[in-house]
Amino acid sequence: MAEELLRERFEIQGRNFDKAGEVSGEIKVILRDLGLDAGCIRRLVIVSYEGEMNLVMYADRGALTLILTDEDVGLEIVDEGPGIPDIDLALQEGYSTASDEMRELGFGFGMGLPNMRKNSDEFRIESEVGRGTSVFAKVRLNRHD
Amino acid sequence: MTLSEIRDLLECKVLSGEDDLSIDVQQVVASDAMSEILAFAMSKELMITGLTNILSIRTADIAGVAAVLYCRGKSPEKKVIEFARSKGIPMLVTKMGMFEICGLLYSRGLKGVS
Repeated sequence: MAEELLRERFEIQGRNFDKAGEVSGEIKVILRDLGLDAGCIRRLVIVSYEGEMNLVMYADRGALTLILTDEDVGLEIVDEGPGIPDIDLALQEGYSTASDEMRELGFGFGMGLPNMRKNSDEFRIESEVGRGTSVFAKVRLNRHD
Repeated sequence: MTLSEIRDLLECKVLSGEDDLSIDVQQVVASDAMSEILAFAMSKELMITGLTNILSIRTADIAGVAAVLYCRGKSPEKKVIEFARSKGIPMLVTKMGMFEICGLLYSRGLKGVS
């Protein structure tokens, strides 16, 4: 059983594009200060940032929890939002339901969820239409890029 | 190719990182789609984009690129420049378009990362 070393929860407001990405920037600093491997930090913060952007773009509100154990760094991103009707379709590169406004901000080109999965060692999505989406991701500490 | 060589070649204005122009870049990632930057950047590249909002610098920070170059003469707002300075990310702007910039840098030996 992995030993939990750190758990921190960050509230995220939906549709607040000015602050979008702030939490992931903060997580990068936390993990760097803890002296984690740069490749591992890089993968984790890409997962975090794409997840945070998805939350801000689609959901009303949510939270991102960072969980560090002696084996891996985990993220739980839980939102109150529209949910994803077809998760397999949403994970296909290029598939997107983004609005023009989201694309003008540089996001919503159907690469967010695939990027998150690609950079995770464990990745799982649970979603209920009309209720929200939860993403669980882990990056192992011993993997070096 | 150093950032100062890139500045001279593309007739750039330097918006942040004036003291970091000796940084050497070998690879380039160019897109207005931030997820594409995140998907392809391996770290320490030159990022070229036409997107000048604060998310361009947040993406640059998360992706770990060496510097950001804005095309078509698009300058970001002051708060974006200040944010880049706080993150230590050099920022340049040129009047040239994406195609011309990429062509010139490619002809000088820089490579893409796709």
